[in-house]
Amino acid sequence: MTEKAKSLFQIFKNGLWKENPVMVLVIGMCPTLAVTNTGANGFAMGIATAFVLISSEIVISIIKNLIPSNVRIPSFILIIATFVTFTDYFVRAFFPTIAESLSIFIPLIVVNCLILGRQEAFASKNPTHKAIADAVGMSVGFTWVLTLLGIIREFFGMGSIFGLQLLGEWYRPMVIMLLPGGAFLTLGLMVGIYKHLSREG
Amino acid sequence: MNSAELVVTSSPHVRSEDSVPKIMWSVVIALLPAFFASVYFFSARAISIVLAGIAGAVISEYIFQKVRGKKITITDGSAVVTGLLLALTLPPTIPLWATFLGGVVAIVIGKQVFGGIGHNPFNPALIGRAFMVAAYPVLMTDWAVDGVSTATPLALMKSDGIATDTWRLFVGQIGGSLGETSALALLLGFSFLLYKGYVNWRIPLSMISTVFLMTFIFGQNPVFHIFAGGLMIGALYMATDMVSSPTTKLGRYIFGIGAGVIVVVIRLWGGYSEGVLFAILLMNAAVPLINRYTRPRSLGEVK
Repeated sequence: MTEKAKSLFQIFKNGLWKENPVMVLVIGMCPTLAVTNTGANGFAMGIATAFVLISSEIVISIIKNLIPSNVRIPSFILIIATFVTFTDYFVRAFFPTIAESLSIFIPLIVVNCLILGRQEAFASKNPTHKAIADAVGMSVGFTWVLTLLGIIREFFGMGSIFGLQLLGEWYRPMVIMLLPGGAFLTLGLMVGIYKHLSREG
Repeated sequence: MNSAELVVTSSPHVRSEDSVPKIMWSVVIALLPAFFASVYFFSARAISIVLAGIAGAVISEYIFQKVRGKKITITDGSAVVTGLLLALTLPPTIPLWATFLGGVVAIVIGKQVFGGIGHNPFNPALIGRAFMVAAYPVLMTDWAVDGVSTATPLALMKSDGIATDTWRLFVGQIGGSLGETSALALLLGFSFLLYKGYVNWRIPLSMISTVFLMTFIFGQNPVFHIFAGGLMIGALYMATDMVSSPTTKLGRYIFGIGAGVIVVVIRLWGGYSEGVLFAILLMNAAVPLINRYTRPRSLGEVK
């Protein structure tokens, strides 16, 4: 029993660091680069993706034996799209400002390769409890990277963190950090530091 | 990697007295006329801007190499050249902290993350400038001569169709970045490098003549276009960067012509009034490809 719990924890931990979806697998780059101009946006994107990923991994791992393998990709997309539609309506109804700043990128979660990739690589081959561990791990891994990326870009681009103005009038914001170029620069440096840290471990 | 006593390389071997520090310090000497011209035209503030740029480049190189546990190479002059070149492409009103930051970005992101000198695919000074253009667009377009704000000749030409007197363009008494305005001073320094044999003439020649020909064909004043903006400093000192330019003769012509075409396209039809920065960076990106396709046939090779 403890052995089992341990292996579940291993699967969960995988997504956090060793196979982090952004840093190592480098998937889901579109939302990673596009909506992380503030910490709050990065976090919201992470949560929205997490909901879709966890729900669809659960459903797909349950019905995996019913899906003919020839049409599995369209079936996965259909299930993912259902949850994305939930998320889209939910965010628009309860968090209209977040919906506005994330705009098209919430519907685009459908084609986020992180989600489809995990269904294909994990949920369609593993029992439900493992799929949940994998989905939660990957979601947390995705969210922390997006949030950190958003915090760094917001700090240099606006002098604030989560909307809280930290730097005074004297600070002249770096416009580039709010533009796509800043996302590439920051992510590149983050991956570089990540590789450096992983190598020593 | 290699010890000082035993350096293993493949043939052919050429004995040469030239070394990185020797060449780099010669480039610094070659840039002195442009530096003095900038002090003359833009007051003593030019000195502090240049010092801030060099300080940013040298200090960040030192810290980066210290942290990575590499050999400290700040005395070879390459960081000084980067900082100096960067400072000479900045407007005279630029704050010193922004110049310093530009120097840091030039060295860290433009050079050291790729593995230091000899490994950078792009010209580090231009990376620093490109970063500053994107980060502080307002600061980077504030031009002034003798304390009076003015537009650069290229901007005047683009928005209002006003041409600037050619002699003033040549000498450098115009709005613009510190070191780019005086074609005279830049050519003076370049002739020193040519005399020393440290610089390649194919890239500047093909780049400048492409701009001349293309602007002539499209009904512009070609003399104005070769002396205005950053073409001179870019073609003479940045496009010729040994690391980020092609290694073959044919490749150098291709590089120069390509950069010249991009400059004219941006100047005549682009959103910016000046395109030398992006022209050189884009051609830098094409260098591995150019090198590959212009590789000369080795002796006896049959195609």
